Amino acid sequence: MTYENFKTDLDGDGILTVTWDMPERSMNVLSGSSMKDLGGIIEKVTSDDAIKGVIITSGKAAFGAGADLGEMGSNASASAGDQTHEQKLAKQFAGVMAFNNLLRTLETCGKPVVAAINGLAMGGCLEVTLACHYRVAADDDSIQLGLPEAKVGLLPGGGGTQRLPRLIGAANALPLLLQGKSLRPRKAAEMGVIHKAVPASQLLIEAKRWIKEEGDAEQPWDKKGYKVPGGTPYDKGNSTTFVIGNALLRKTTYGNYPAQINIMKCVYEGTQVPIDAGLRIEGRYFVDLLNRPESKNMIRSLFLSMQELGKGARRPAGVDKTEVKKLGMLGAGMMGAGIAYVSAKVGMEVVLIDTDQAAADKGKAYSEDLLDKAIGKGRETEEGKQALLSKITATTDYDALKGCDLIIEAVFEDRDVKAEVTKKSEVLLSDDAVFGSNTSTLPITGLAKASSRPANFIGIHFFSPVDRMPLVEIIVGKETTDATLAKAMDYVAQIKKTPIVVNDSRGFYTSRCFGTYVSEGVEMFAEGIAPALVDNVGRMTGMPRGPLEMSDDVALDLAHRVRTATKKDLGDKYVATAADPLMEKMVVDLGRYGRKNKKGFYDYPEDGKKRLWPGLGDLVEAKVTTSSPELVEKLKKRLLYRQAIEAARCFEEQVVTDVRDADVGSIIGWGFAPYTGGPLSLIDTVGTAEFVKACDGFADELGERFRPNQLLRDMAETNDTFYSRFNPKGQMAAAAE
Amino acid sequence: MTDCYIFDAVRTPRGKGKANGALHEITALDLASQALSAVRDRNNLDTKHVDDVYMGVVSPVNEQGAVIPRTAVLNAGFDDSVGGVQVNRFCASGLEAVNIAAAQIMSGQCDLTIGGGVEHMSRVPMGSDGGAWPTDPSTAIDSYFTPQGVSADLIATMDGFSRDDVDSFAVESQKRAANAWDKGYFSKSVIPVKDQLGLMLLDKDEHMRPEATMQSMASLQPAFAMPGDFAFDAVSIQRYPEVESINHVHTAGNSSGIVDGAAAVLLGTKEMGEELGLTPRARIKGFASIGSEPSIMLTGPQYVTEKALKRAGMNVDDIDLYELNEAFASVVLRYMQKLDINHDKINVNGGAIAMGHPLGATGAMILGTLLDEMERRDQSTGLATLCVGAGMGTATIIERV
Repeated sequence: MTYENFKTDLDGDGILTVTWDMPERSMNVLSGSSMKDLGGIIEKVTSDDAIKGVIITSGKAAFGAGADLGEMGSNASASAGDQTHEQKLAKQFAGVMAFNNLLRTLETCGKPVVAAINGLAMGGCLEVTLACHYRVAADDDSIQLGLPEAKVGLLPGGGGTQRLPRLIGAANALPLLLQGKSLRPRKAAEMGVIHKAVPASQLLIEAKRWIKEEGDAEQPWDKKGYKVPGGTPYDKGNSTTFVIGNALLRKTTYGNYPAQINIMKCVYEGTQVPIDAGLRIEGRYFVDLLNRPESKNMIRSLFLSMQELGKGARRPAGVDKTEVKKLGMLGAGMMGAGIAYVSAKVGMEVVLIDTDQAAADKGKAYSEDLLDKAIGKGRETEEGKQALLSKITATTDYDALKGCDLIIEAVFEDRDVKAEVTKKSEVLLSDDAVFGSNTSTLPITGLAKASSRPANFIGIHFFSPVDRMPLVEIIVGKETTDATLAKAMDYVAQIKKTPIVVNDSRGFYTSRCFGTYVSEGVEMFAEGIAPALVDNVGRMTGMPRGPLEMSDDVALDLAHRVRTATKKDLGDKYVATAADPLMEKMVVDLGRYGRKNKKGFYDYPEDGKKRLWPGLGDLVEAKVTTSSPELVEKLKKRLLYRQAIEAARCFEEQVVTDVRDADVGSIIGWGFAPYTGGPLSLIDTVGTAEFVKACDGFADELGERFRPNQLLRDMAETNDTFYSRFNPKGQMAAAAE
Repeated sequence: MTDCYIFDAVRTPRGKGKANGALHEITALDLASQALSAVRDRNNLDTKHVDDVYMGVVSPVNEQGAVIPRTAVLNAGFDDSVGGVQVNRFCASGLEAVNIAAAQIMSGQCDLTIGGGVEHMSRVPMGSDGGAWPTDPSTAIDSYFTPQGVSADLIATMDGFSRDDVDSFAVESQKRAANAWDKGYFSKSVIPVKDQLGLMLLDKDEHMRPEATMQSMASLQPAFAMPGDFAFDAVSIQRYPEVESINHVHTAGNSSGIVDGAAAVLLGTKEMGEELGLTPRARIKGFASIGSEPSIMLTGPQYVTEKALKRAGMNVDDIDLYELNEAFASVVLRYMQKLDINHDKINVNGGAIAMGHPLGATGAMILGTLLDEMERRDQSTGLATLCVGAGMGTATIIERV
């Protein structure tokens, strides 16, 4: 028997080893063709008396990465057609159940089936192993086993929500399912997700041993008298799992993530019935998610687009790939130190320069701190630490920059200071070396004027803390060449971050849009909306923090400085807001700078949680002190739409030119509500016509900052969407729908 | 519509709802039966005339399960022709049972009914019957399920009641209850509970702490800070985002006590009363039940009072005396604040903070307490009401005849 994606080998003992090895793929995924093969194999196993037992393993480094989300997206939209909504749902449900029935057939085939997990097994691929009678994995800490579907707005639809609680109980299964957490094999064995972790060399030996010596071909849940570990939801002690679980889910997700809610429902409802009914319940909730905008948007932005951007989708074609071997880092403050760390971590030689040696040393010590913490958590070794530190040279000597392929400056946000370091370092560089500025606000084209080679000058904007934030915003100045852009992107790929590419503008893309969130929150406060209401509603939109606390974190004096500078630069064009005098008062008169001096919108007592500063009531009389669901909905819209309309303006102004950059950059850059898929996905989901109408309403009531731009108005005429009008690639339409 | 009269109301004393409580060693069935027997015996009732018995019971499982009112009717030796109905509207079950029993009379379908309730909380703990509301994610998450203690703290936070406010309310409840017991104000309705030999087991509310002071109250830890911190404060705040943080003021001292008890109220038409030689004490003027926002949960008494008063063509001042179940101090403080009712018109003999709240029975108990006090004061109108789990409220208006 031959299969497209599997190799099979029957040994003398009647053990069939099925090796999953998809052609022309680096990873196995659960594609339609893999499932078809699997069906054939199961049929063969069931009918062939010569086969006594089965081992399923992989011919690749990983066991399998999960479902083919791209394919899934195309199927979801392809089935739209002219069928009724009910027909569509029934078809989707049948599709999900086909896979589930396959796995059910596998686990009831009457012959012992072992999953020999040789590498990473995620999502649907781990679900295949859960339908095996015995799971043994290579004991290797680099191997991850998990059901990450919730992270992209889905749920494990191949029996994961049913088999996992039936193996380890709802209380243990729910955190894994809800957070999409991965486990190392040893931990998975401890928890009972797999049976055993053995040295990689013993994997197949153990698999065969089990078949020959034990070989129980019946799943626990198919045995008579089986009870779910910990009990069903109404068994004594177990109801707390759900009562507390439901509350924690609302606390952490604000009800914004249907996937997590549906997972709770699958486990709650599914563990009260036999497995076959449980699988149908799971299938229905899975289909429910497929038809919700959240899952479509999350799959597209957080998985497909992120992957495409990470693979260099926006890199100019036709420029040879480059590699940064030596990086010059100017400025050893928080940002510079972080950039030095992430660069040295991937093996680059880093020259970390500051004006005095102590500052430079302090910047290098930042890496040491991070490494010590990692050692404490068992994620780094002393040798690894020394190797990394040896890559960083902390110095004040510009001559050390000789031979650098790339220089990044993260010195004080001042044009003159930046101009000076640019000139000072450029003279030491080779002709093709690139100079990058980590400025977050100053236009790149202006800074490039200080450069003798503006073609090689580019913005490389990191986010703080650099070691944890995955985004890099690359800003193309007027004279920046494709070759320079390509080099900057190659560097970002080297340090394993996700780049977005934007054009020059005040605040570029991310700072400009993020700023609108914070300032809209301050506007609300200035209008007399109770500050607690402003920040709670902010958090409820899915933003990581409320706008007022975010203001405190960013620092009010900094925001005030930027505002003053903007006012000066724009002159008559500056649109004053109600927030201006308020911020002036907070910063200039009251010296409330935010978290940094423990005085901002909040007070920060030494011994306790921050509290809203009681004096806020004297600054602005609170007029709106009670809420209704309708008011909350309106305020949530205000905060999200204000950011979205700014993103739409950036798109029209060509500050951002790719929908993926706009959406991915928003989520991983400033924490824009992930369930929306980003501001442009949000507009598409609302519908441009509806969005324009809502924003016009806001503009009439609140001011021109909400007035839709021409692009939006044009699109609204036909209710056109960003993802169809500016579709970056043909296949994106599939997931976009 | 036929008028419905109250002929009698009895209640057992309330035993501490713990394993060392006096009533712990008799069954829920026995407790319910003793209340029914008392109604029969005090009134020389030929039980053949009783059309039906409605009793509230909030955890109708195990010994309280399988329609305990019918079992109690049989156990009390009532005639076989008397049925029994289990009623559950959480904390208002006892009052709802009376209202249903009254409605049967008023609609002309029955001539003599009993409404009451039983809850043996030391033997069938609260929550024994499970329930989808907090557990099923389909409803728990959408309805912002919050445990009622946190809801009571949310009310205190939103309506501005401090720890001192709720503690002093609780101290006053204890004082009033002690005074009422001392002066015998409850003696008309309270029936001593007997043991298996027929000897007296308990004849006084066991939960009271008349010695309570502001200092002793202040020493108690907030009871709901922990579940609040863990998750439920955040849930409440998502429903009421104008709240920055919840002030956890309720303790075991200013919340209702967990106790065992039963009650029964005899209702009927004027004609049936005359036939059986029963004296009407009051007329049921009207009643109502409502739903209110479930997460804050305990604001229903205000809305159900407004509804019942409106239907009866009355306003707040037309009522001489109020009884509002003291589930939590903030519930009563809020009610007084919103309806502008002076404390000297409400819960004048204390309430559940002092004497306890046997969930299924309390409604019928406070109705009897209200009537006794109206008679003692020679007042004509009274209203009894309770806040109810999942955001409900029930109220009954009575007037003396």
